[in-house]
Amino acid sequence: MAYAFVTPYTLLALAFGIVPAFYAVYLAFTTREGGFAGLTNFSQVLGDFRFWPAAQHVALYVIIWLFALVILVTLLALIVHNIAIRWASTSLRFIFYIPGALAGASSVLLWLFMLNPSASPFSGLLHAMGFESFVEVIAPNNLPLVFAIIAFWAGAGGWIVIMYGALNNISQEVIEAARIDGAGPFQIARRIQIPMMRKWISYMGIISLAAGVQLFVEPQFLSQASQAVVPNDYSLNQLAYQYAFRQNDFNGAAAISLLLLLVALALSAVFVLRGGLFDKE
Amino acid sequence: MSNTSLKQRERQSNLTGWSLRTVGGVVSAIFVFFFAIPMVWLILATTKSARALSVENPFSIGTWSDFVVNWNQLFEFQSGAVSTWVANSALYAGGALVLTLIASIPAGYALALTEFRLRGTLLVLTLIVMLIPNTALVLPIFLEMNAVGLIGDPLSVILPMSFFPFGVYLTYIYFSTSIPRELLDAARIDGASEFKVFSRIALPLAAPIVALVGFFSFVANWNNYFLPFVMLPSSSDYPIQVGLTTLLGATPAFNPSSAGSTSVQLPTLALATVISVLPVLIMFLFSQRFLVRGMTAGGVKE
Repeated sequence: MAYAFVTPYTLLALAFGIVPAFYAVYLAFTTREGGFAGLTNFSQVLGDFRFWPAAQHVALYVIIWLFALVILVTLLALIVHNIAIRWASTSLRFIFYIPGALAGASSVLLWLFMLNPSASPFSGLLHAMGFESFVEVIAPNNLPLVFAIIAFWAGAGGWIVIMYGALNNISQEVIEAARIDGAGPFQIARRIQIPMMRKWISYMGIISLAAGVQLFVEPQFLSQASQAVVPNDYSLNQLAYQYAFRQNDFNGAAAISLLLLLVALALSAVFVLRGGLFDKE
Repeated sequence: MSNTSLKQRERQSNLTGWSLRTVGGVVSAIFVFFFAIPMVWLILATTKSARALSVENPFSIGTWSDFVVNWNQLFEFQSGAVSTWVANSALYAGGALVLTLIASIPAGYALALTEFRLRGTLLVLTLIVMLIPNTALVLPIFLEMNAVGLIGDPLSVILPMSFFPFGVYLTYIYFSTSIPRELLDAARIDGASEFKVFSRIALPLAAPIVALVGFFSFVANWNNYFLPFVMLPSSSDYPIQVGLTTLLGATPAFNPSSAGSTSVQLPTLALATVISVLPVLIMFLFSQRFLVRGMTAGGVKE
């Protein structure tokens, strides 16, 4: 009888989890005609002149984003947690959290406005930094930072709220005892709160790293908005998309997808095996 | 420790307390501006004319009549394309929501409270896939859908969206921590069938988790861009998130070659952005607690 309960879910898991993954493996190791290809698809995409620049773009973006996320989310969560006035703490969390509603294309569109010196409410700041036009703001060297800012704006609030919840779970007695022993807010944060949050910080890091590697919507939208000042093969996922839809090379697309999938799988496996998500108690 | 040094220390810590509070205040103020300004600006922009948007103070409030003009321009775009896109989004996210609930609530229940072969396997699989970002499987799913000829069909997005391992995980955690097995065993001894045990006892107790899974599923699917972008090539099938690309392409401020009778002004594009997230925004206004409960479920135990 238990099988009846899990059948619909199992079918979906097979159809949209297992089968596509194995189909991608099959395509990545075969030729267009269906013969065994060995590693030629992989050597072809790795040898593509667009692959390594795209990998570098993504890596730079992910590094900036993770760095900002880990440091600023921890810091802001600690600050918000230290605010004793209840309504102030609640409204801060609310303000940080609400941009999360604009995930994906909507947040990118909003930030196109923000980065356009002629319309942006930040135009004073942009001019002060020497940017006169939209095209200057999205110069190739600025892009990893621009994407990191967009992702941080939309995603950080949710994590701040979660870290705040984790901080609330630390027993008040431990903190009180440290305070009596003469620890200041700084030492309490460093010796007690941050170590207790470590599991959540690493969870955030792994989820964000896995998601960041998949960068697609942001450059895709900017490419469209900028008349291809941002190339349409800026990120690895875009390159895979180009392979599938412009070059009709599904085997090459599958090879790139598989490489990206392996990164995500490895990260998630590490966390599942070591992170204790399984434990009920 | 002597009294004087204690006092000294107190004064010192008061001092660091003060400066820390000041730094904390400044940092939070900066980030309040960073997070809030774009939202406030966006809402205000929908009430202005294109000229007012570029000339006037960014935080001035426009007029009702300009809002109506923007509204009309948006919904007249390509003879009502925007309404179609919003309806498509509702169909895809809504359809996926129903299927997600039908599939994941019983599955989470069975994983938590019954025994069967392969239970462990299914659990590990769920956890691993749950942590993979959903974009990672988009192209492989496209290749699969292409092989079975479903490209362009609404099912090509609804079905993959209905596979929601995170929902199963949440349900699993909920049932295994908040419903005692003995309760179910008692019902079984009284002669209730397995299906009755689920529908009469477990399900009525599961209302909070149904709402939680529904919230996460709807938000994720409404905002999904990559999957429909790949699966649905025809403009009449776009969800609003993908439709935004078309609107962007018709905005002369970003795409000079698009100037013409069908062009979109910046305030209209701002209005489109607001409309594209409106259902999710409304859900977010009431859901902060949901998020914490969902993300911290079971995971915090050291």
